[in-house]
Order: sequence, then C-alpha cells, then structure tokens
Amino acid sequence: MAEPVRIALRVNGEDRTAVVEPRESLADCLREHLGLTGTHLGCEHGVCGACTVIVNGRTARTCLLLAVEADGSQIITVEGVATGDALHPIQQAFMEEHGLQCGFCTPGFVMTLYQLFRERPEADEAEIREHLGGNLCRCTGYQNIVVAAVKAAARLREARVGQ
Amino acid sequence: MKPAPFEYSAPSSLDEAVETLARHGEAAKVLAGGQSLVPMLNMRLVRPSVLVSLRRLASLDYVAVEDGCTRIGSMTRQRVVEQHPAVRESSPILAEALGLVAHPAIRNLGTIGGSVAHADPAAELPAVLVAMDGTVTLVSTRGRRTLPASEFFCGLMTTAAEPDELIAELGFHRVGRAALASGWAVEEVSRRHGDFALAGVVVALAADSDGCLADARIALFGVEDRPTRRPEAEGALRGTRGEPPAIAEAAALAVRDVDALEDLHASARLRAHLAGVLVKRALERASRKAIRDG
Repeated sequence: MAEPVRIALRVNGEDRTAVVEPRESLADCLREHLGLTGTHLGCEHGVCGACTVIVNGRTARTCLLLAVEADGSQIITVEGVATGDALHPIQQAFMEEHGLQCGFCTPGFVMTLYQLFRERPEADEAEIREHLGGNLCRCTGYQNIVVAAVKAAARLREARVGQ
Repeated sequence: MKPAPFEYSAPSSLDEAVETLARHGEAAKVLAGGQSLVPMLNMRLVRPSVLVSLRRLASLDYVAVEDGCTRIGSMTRQRVVEQHPAVRESSPILAEALGLVAHPAIRNLGTIGGSVAHADPAAELPAVLVAMDGTVTLVSTRGRRTLPASEFFCGLMTTAAEPDELIAELGFHRVGRAALASGWAVEEVSRRHGDFALAGVVVALAADSDGCLADARIALFGVEDRPTRRPEAEGALRGTRGEPPAIAEAAALAVRDVDALEDLHASARLRAHLAGVLVKRALERASRKAIRDG
C-alpha cells in the first residue's frame, strides 16, 4: 500500500501542510484536507475547468495535478482573490452582469480570468473568449460571463492607471 | 473517478529515475506533466503500481537551438515552448501547433515529452515531429538511443519506447536549407476548439529563390493510427510553384490509400474526406508564405 506523504504548500499567502495519499489530486487536498471548498471538482478528467487554480503563477487543473506533485508550490484559490469583504473586480463584475447562474463553474472562470488579466491586462474580448474556451458552463451562460470579463478587464486597467 | 492506489517516487536525478524504472519494469509508469496520464489514472484505464515522477529533473527542462535543429528537453512545459522566442524564430510551426493543443491551463502543465510518449493519433505535437524529420532520444540503465520519429510511433498510443526507457529529448530539424524561404501550416477540424482533432495536417514547405518548392512535408494526424507522412503527395509538389492544380493533385494523392480510423466520433470516410480538404487548405496557406511572401 502506498505510504501517505507530508506536503507543504503556500495557499493564499498562508503556509499549510497536509498528509496525502499519492493518488490524491490537489483538488481533493484543497477541499478535504485544507477545507478550501471553493475549488469545485466537475469532470475529474481535465475537460470542464471548474477546478482551475493558480499554481506557481500559472493556471492548472487541480484534478489533473496530484497533490504530491504540487509539494512546495505557491497556490492561489478562489478564496484568495477577494480583499476582506471587498470582492475582487472579476467577482464584482460577475455579480453585476449575471455572470453566474448555478455558480458551480464560477471559481474556475474567475481563476482563469484572474491569471489572464495578470499576464495580459490589455486582453480584448477575442483573447478573453480564447482563454475561456477551456471552461465549461453547463447553464450555458457564456454571453454574460464574457460581458462580465470584459467589464472586469476594463476596471482592472482603470485601477492600474489610477495607481 | 479516483486513481487506484500506487507507490509514488520522485527521483532527484536522471540516473535514479532510470534505475527506478528498470527495477519496476512494466509495473511502473513515468509521470511527466500528467495531463494525459492523470485522466487515464482517474478513469482507471491504467493502474500502475508505481509512478515515477520526473518533476525534480530540471536537467530535462531546456530549449536549445543550433544549426537548424531545435532540441527540447522532455520535461519542458508545452506553454513554455509555445511562448519561447527562439522556438518562435526557429520553428514557428511548433508554436502554431502547440496553440491548438487543448487549452492554456493544460499546456501550462503538459510537457512536450509527455505528449509524444502518450502517442494519441490525434495529437498535434507527434505530427510536427514526424513532419520535421524529428528525433526522440530515450534513456535507460542500458544507455541512450535516438530514434527517428517515423520509427518511434508504432500505432494507437503505442511507441517504440521500452518499459524501462524514458524520453529525454526531442529534436526538430529545419525543413530545407537555411537559405530557403519556408512556409508552414497546421490545420485541423475538431468539434470544439481545444478538443482532439477528428482530422488534421501539418505542412512544411521550402522554396528556392525562383519560387520553386525544393522540399515539401505533409503529415496527417487524427486520421490513421499514428501520424503519417504522405510521400507521394510530397513528391508531386517538389519542383512546382504550388499552383492550384499542383496543390489539388497533392491533396488527392495525400488521401489516396489512407487507412483512416473509424470510431464514434467520425467514420473512416469522413476522416479521409476532411483530411483531403485540410491538406489543400494547409498547402494553400503554406505556399503563400513560402513563395508569395517568401
């Protein structure tokens, strides 16, 4: 039987440790061991994008990343994007533009956009659509998700100029 | 949708990695970026008793361009290769093909060695390797050997790698001599952007200063059980200027005698038809680059 392994992660700025079986995904580790249930597991084979988080500055599907493989990583989950009670501009725009219906896919969309806007603040609608191609919304509310994303991008650019 | 239990090993040197593989033989699987293997583990399509992770092998993470050959370490992430300035300069066809592989989040973790080892017939990267007369370098405790891509891919998800071997490096060779103008295109049809292709083609051309094609490479993917070159079509193009009749003839030759796969996604007839259309489309785009813009 495979021995459990102790791993150390830095999650949303906090040092965390967990003892995991080698076969456990990072998604299960975040949810079951660290209590961070904002990361949702949809298809569990890398198709739906719901479990997307940021690992070492890049988006990753946590259903396709074993927790042991992420040992030592810096991770940002959807719990880490708001500032206190103030929603992140992406979350705020999703709320205002009705960018979510059941909300299951939302964490994956938010994290995909979070990383896109960090890398490419100037991303236009076409680029946003290209990047969101890997996230599925089974309510099929794509139009409002794109509207929210475009609005959030504009607000983030304004905030940057204001600094 | 959870993997069966396995032992996990993350060796810190290549020697240790190949020794671990040699010790466990067929019971072990190599874990690179995990973007093909982990779904198969989750669905229990594979149940290795040992996973040998290459994550600590920084020595397999590099891009080196010299004398028309781009050598890439197997653990280099697909997204890194796609965005690498030297790759975009020396092998733009590789960057174009990688842009069609799944989605950015997958390419962030997926490695180029992993895609080649997995050998899905519909994957883009193996087809680029075959089109560019690429090479696959394998290592084991028995030594190191380099195979031409055409000998590496043996069939549906089957390669010439032995259970105790791992892929260390891929080599992509420039098409034509340095002095020649080049053109390339990767075309595919998939149900949704980022899905595996129902049919696809990689085309690379090189033209001399008179605007005649000196070299032509055509590799189909997602059509037969492995990426395959179409030598008759390539031969028919050489010496031409890529005029519409030459392209039409090459497209017809490229799919003549094609042994297309048939599954629930597409019939063999549809795949062969799509392949013919895509070859024509890719040749038109590539010859525009090589001859008109060259």
